[in-house]
Amino acid sequence: MALEKLVIVGNGMAPGRMLEHLFEQAPGRYDVTIFNAEPRVNYDRIMLSPVLSGEKSFDDIVIHDDAWYETHNVTLHRGARVTEIDRASKTVTSANGITAPYDRLVIATGSSPFIIPVPGHQLEGVLAYRDLDDVEAMQRYASFRGNAVVIGGGLLGLEAAAGLHMQGMKVTVIHLMPTLMERQLDTAAGYLLQKELEGRGIDIRCGANTRAILGDGDDRVIAVELDDGTVIDADMVVMAVGIRPSTALAAEAGLEVNRGIVCDVQLRTSDPAISAIGECVEVDGRVYGLVAPLYTMAKILAADLAGAPVDGFLHAETPTKLKVTGVNLYSVGDFAEGDDREEVVLRDAARGTYKRVIVKDDRIIGAVLYGDVADGGWYNELLRKGECVRELRETLIFGQAFQNAGNSDPLAAVANLADDAEICGCNGICKGAITGTIKDKGLSTLDEVRAHTKASASCGTCTNLVESLMALTLGDSFDASAPKAMCGCTHLPHGDVRRLIKANALKSIPAVMQELEWTTSGGCAKCRPALNYYLLADWPGEYVDDNQSRFINERVHANIQKDGTYSVIPRMWGGMTNSQELRAIADVVDKFAIPTVHVTGGQRIDLLGVKKEDLPGVWADLNKAGMVSGHAYGKSLRTVKTCVGTNWCRMGTQDSTGLGVALEKFLWGSWTPHKVKLAVSGCPRNCAEATCKDIGIVCVDSGYEVHYAGAAGIHIQGTTKLTTVETEEEVMEITAAMMQMYREQGFYLERIYKWADRVGHDTIRAQILDNPDPRRAYYDRFVFSQRFSQTDPWSERVSGKDKHEFKPMADLSSPSMEPAE
Amino acid sequence: MNAATPVARIADTGWVHVGTIDDIPRQGARCVRTDGATIAVFRTEDDRIFAMEDRCPHREGPLSQGIVHGNCVTCPLHNWVLSLETGLAQGADEGSVPTYPVRLEDGAIHLQLQNPA
Ligand code: SRM
Ligand SMILES: Cc1cc2nc3c(=O)[nH]c(=O)nc-3n(C[C@H](O)[C@H](O)[C@H](O)COP(=O)(O)OP(=O)(O)OC[C@H]3O[C@@H](n4cnc5c(N)ncnc54)[C@H](O)[C@@H]3O)c2cc1C
Ligand code: SF4
Ligand code: FES
Repeated sequence: MALEKLVIVGNGMAPGRMLEHLFEQAPGRYDVTIFNAEPRVNYDRIMLSPVLSGEKSFDDIVIHDDAWYETHNVTLHRGARVTEIDRASKTVTSANGITAPYDRLVIATGSSPFIIPVPGHQLEGVLAYRDLDDVEAMQRYASFRGNAVVIGGGLLGLEAAAGLHMQGMKVTVIHLMPTLMERQLDTAAGYLLQKELEGRGIDIRCGANTRAILGDGDDRVIAVELDDGTVIDADMVVMAVGIRPSTALAAEAGLEVNRGIVCDVQLRTSDPAISAIGECVEVDGRVYGLVAPLYTMAKILAADLAGAPVDGFLHAETPTKLKVTGVNLYSVGDFAEGDDREEVVLRDAARGTYKRVIVKDDRIIGAVLYGDVADGGWYNELLRKGECVRELRETLIFGQAFQNAGNSDPLAAVANLADDAEICGCNGICKGAITGTIKDKGLSTLDEVRAHTKASASCGTCTNLVESLMALTLGDSFDASAPKAMCGCTHLPHGDVRRLIKANALKSIPAVMQELEWTTSGGCAKCRPALNYYLLADWPGEYVDDNQSRFINERVHANIQKDGTYSVIPRMWGGMTNSQELRAIADVVDKFAIPTVHVTGGQRIDLLGVKKEDLPGVWADLNKAGMVSGHAYGKSLRTVKTCVGTNWCRMGTQDSTGLGVALEKFLWGSWTPHKVKLAVSGCPRNCAEATCKDIGIVCVDSGYEVHYAGAAGIHIQGTTKLTTVETEEEVMEITAAMMQMYREQGFYLERIYKWADRVGHDTIRAQILDNPDPRRAYYDRFVFSQRFSQTDPWSERVSGKDKHEFKPMADLSSPSMEPAE
Repeated sequence: MNAATPVARIADTGWVHVGTIDDIPRQGARCVRTDGATIAVFRTEDDRIFAMEDRCPHREGPLSQGIVHGNCVTCPLHNWVLSLETGLAQGADEGSVPTYPVRLEDGAIHLQLQNPA
């Protein structure tokens, strides 16, 4: 009796594995014929990246060599793309004219890379990444070194990028989303991955969209242009933005096709003589892009073809790993946050590791691991089995090996600092000097350490760090009542966070959260605004402000009111205004029907009850009349109140109005730990109330008294007098230096008077008054940072910045509603 | 989708297309006006979308203006923290906001407006 004829279209990993099972279960049952569009035997597609990077050769990754096909009597048509299935006569025909009859047919056409149809996508040098031909083409370009641009920062794109980089190309990755591999990794792991790849010299541009691929006269790629106009040189472009199941052949044959070829759980298509397997298949509404589920399909289909009973295909989570030498990451399952689930996070900054396990109803439902992936398999096992982890909960995150004692060490971040990391900024003392002196001199109290090393003897913000170092060096014998953590996301207090940001040169919120071992994945409404400020203050010109980490007032540059409307306060420099400004304000009030106009306690005019959508319009009109934002909403310079001084007052001793205006023009726009208010009075009668301000100037015959650390809000506290100087220039320098010292040392939401109490008036006096060098340095740093902050936020928004803030996404209310369909 | 474009209702299902995920910044929110309540549509850091009435159970603060963190939003007026998933006030505060089912398909956001939970 003639053997049944089994024909397979496609010779990829899925049917290859299927045949292995089939030959084991039912040897000699079928006469097998394979058509393969690729001109070669079955090979391990997932190992193409090591071939690209040069770590492996093609021979290393062949799964079935010529001998295998001979042994199993399989006819392999190489380079033969099937173009037609005739279901009536049960035959298939290939483009090169071979026709084969079948009793059972298996479609295993895999997927095709998706090419985004941007202008230039057909140019020579634009490649996909799917098969050996693509790898060989990439290697040809790489042999000339040159520039490669990889579009897509997912698994394939990053493997291609790493491989091309190893081949000596200068590689840029363009990724649409804000973090790499966002489908498999959370932002924390995405950050670590980006840092690792950038550290190798690969340029990563996240949040970047390709506008066009540019070519030369011969239609060869020369560059890639982004939406923001950036042009990146490219001798080659690899598109790795996704794959589409190859379903055209099946669809033409009239089989049911959705995203993939629709199959039942036995992998039969809508025609019972035809089965399908691999990435081209859709079962239960799902398609797959990793081999593990395809191998499960292989078992099922082999059993079906062998006529053996078998359970149908069941969905299971597949872990993702990235095959880039030296990068260890692992993710599986569902790692979104949710009310009904708990996350356990463990970060070890020194080793650059991050682990996050997501638990729901006492069962693991997902895990993201970076750096230390040893326990990935264990977590996946627990997940797959749906095992109850209640008993393991406390130690779950430490992994399988760790099932006895131990805990996560709150001192780890400090322990991991290098010996030359600066701990005390005021006195320039490094970690090694402190621990060394503690040991050499046998010190045991903070005061002794201060006396012997000067560390924490000045501003005191590093006290906690010094205490941590003492605890590390002295062990249990040292006990400091630790100050309060910044919020529930960290055990570190504000001071430590500020200092570690500098010491470790941390320049983004994800960087801080990872390196300082935050215990939540994304922070909270308390720590995010604080971190955003610290980074802004510490890295002027470098750090990019994170708008979403700001309180609404600072996001929209107006103050939210109890009914959800906003108030708008334009600057009136030094409390001065004129008829044009007042007229413009009056016009704005009429035009936008603003219900309330109030003269504030800060010598300016507040327009209350403005609708959010009207804000850009109100600002545009105020801008036209020369008025800018008064930052009445900001942790920033608010007002500089003045009196009329020598301009008019018979008692005036100096031009208090002019000085106030000059101060406000110098200081405005600067972000500070809390709000900052100034006043300049023309004489000791003090009509501008300067002696209850953050910084206050009282003019006297001989010059200017400089006061600071006053309060007139929740607390009433007269200022402390710093000094009397003779010129306005000196007032400006001292004021700016004090602002900067406060900006660098203040804790978020700590007014100047509280900061001064904490660090000590002597310290401030020493830095700002007694010694011209630190004063000048503070002043210079203030001036530098002002270069990046003195843009009027109103005019920025009038010209379109953050447009989305001011308009509803959709309006479904009646007046604009279209008839229902 | 352009902001404030009138949107047709899918009459038989109650699902309404209101925009795309790109319309909302990560850890941000946008509003959808309806004849009844204004609805705040939130996007979390991990790109999940939630919808609830834009009105804090405390004193009616506009929740869309709050800071989004994890799966919660902190009200801009007096810092109540509300779960985006359940609408329940967190911690010691008590109260809840009606939420709306959301469907996200290829980036398109649909809301089920008929029966808030
Ligand atoms: C508008 C204004 C009242 C007025 O109509 O006169 C005002 C309004 C608010 N003040 Fe004030 N303060 C105003 C002058 C003051 C003054 C007087 C001054 O600046 O000379 C003080 C006392 C001086 C001081 O700051 O110490 C003052 C001490 C406070 C405090 C207590 C601060 C403290 O640390 O003790 C708060 C609460 C806070 O900041 O946490 C506050 C908070 C507020 C807030 C922002 C309440 C809030 O969180 O929403 C109010 C916002 C209203 C709005 O939307 O515009 N406001 N507030 C004044 C605006 C001044 C301006 O032109 O910018
Ligand atoms: C670079 C790279 C790295 C990867 N890394 C991993 C990884 O680390 N882990 C993981 O699990 N997965 C990985 N994958 C995915 C994995 O390779 C695929 O899931 C798997 O190979 C799919 O197997 P398949 O048999 O369905 O299709 P394929 O292996 O794609 O085989 C389909 C074959 O059919 C041929 N064909 C198509 N149409 C026709 C036709 N009409 N006639 C004849 N022949 C046709 C094609 O030429 C192709 O040879 C990676 C993929 C790539 C490209
Ligand atoms: S005193 Fe109180 S009520 Fe009046 S504006 Fe200031 S914060 Fe508001
Ligand atoms: S209105 Fe939301 S917290 Fe008060």
